[in-house]
Amino acid sequence: MSTVVRTRIGVVTFPGSLDDRDAARAVRLAGGEPVSLWHRDSDLAGVAAVVLPGGFSYGDYLRCGAIARFSPVMDAVIAAAGDGLPVLGICNGFQVLCESHLLPGALIRNNHRHFICRDQALRIESTDTPWTRDLTVGQTIVVPVKNGEGQYCADAATLEMLERENRVVFRYVGGNPNGSAADIAGVRNAAGNVVGLMPHPEHAIESLTGPSTDGLALFTSVLRSLVAA
Amino acid sequence: MGARVVVDVMPKPELLDPQGQAIRKALGRLGFESVTSVRQGKRFELEVDGEIDEAAARRMAETLLANTVIEEFRVHVEHTP
Repeated sequence: MSTVVRTRIGVVTFPGSLDDRDAARAVRLAGGEPVSLWHRDSDLAGVAAVVLPGGFSYGDYLRCGAIARFSPVMDAVIAAAGDGLPVLGICNGFQVLCESHLLPGALIRNNHRHFICRDQALRIESTDTPWTRDLTVGQTIVVPVKNGEGQYCADAATLEMLERENRVVFRYVGGNPNGSAADIAGVRNAAGNVVGLMPHPEHAIESLTGPSTDGLALFTSVLRSLVAA
Repeated sequence: MGARVVVDVMPKPELLDPQGQAIRKALGRLGFESVTSVRQGKRFELEVDGEIDEAAARRMAETLLANTVIEEFRVHVEHTP
């Protein structure tokens, strides 16, 4: 009897997370085994990658992600990220990664001050991350964006460094939905294993519910990276 | 002539401040156990052309900047050359 061993990918739930089930479903549809992690967990249950999903976190009282960043699970994520664990932060997850200083910059209120929810075209700018290796530089994907505080900002030196080191991973095309600097929708860390983006690839994995199935490529990318590793 | 108006708005002391409480608990978890209370407010800095008296500044604060049902405020007017 043969057993299919599926790669285990952790999805963290913070109090307030609301896209954790969607992220877990994306992992499953891509061929992985989603593992639910609670923000109070102090170890990562041996998962091969971690997704910090969107929604909200209780620390948003101070700044988005400011207190969630100190949840016990983040100590484990920060340590493992330093050892090369692939980590993807989506929306609030991106905010938590920035507050954790795993990614540079910060997310502030949208320049037009409105919550925005729409299908958004993104240009793939970097494929040297485990989350984007199945994509092509210059390719356009369409995934939903929904946020009130999604304006990416950083000082001029950081923005210049991100461009120089090819660390912008996703850029808004066809209109910048929130005033993000240099149309940046997502960035990576220096090593490339940590990626954060504001739009939601986990909402574009099935034609019934999403504008495309483009988002699935991020999840198949990481699974292929882990098998290849 | 101009003026600079600073308005500090704080939740009323008798009111529960859930934001402040969340921050106090987080500080405790980070080892700052001696913090017994945190209250989170807002500060507004207004630049004004010409003269403004304290009464007008207070009217702005109580009309828009603060909700006096739940918040108290302090107004400070500085005249600038």
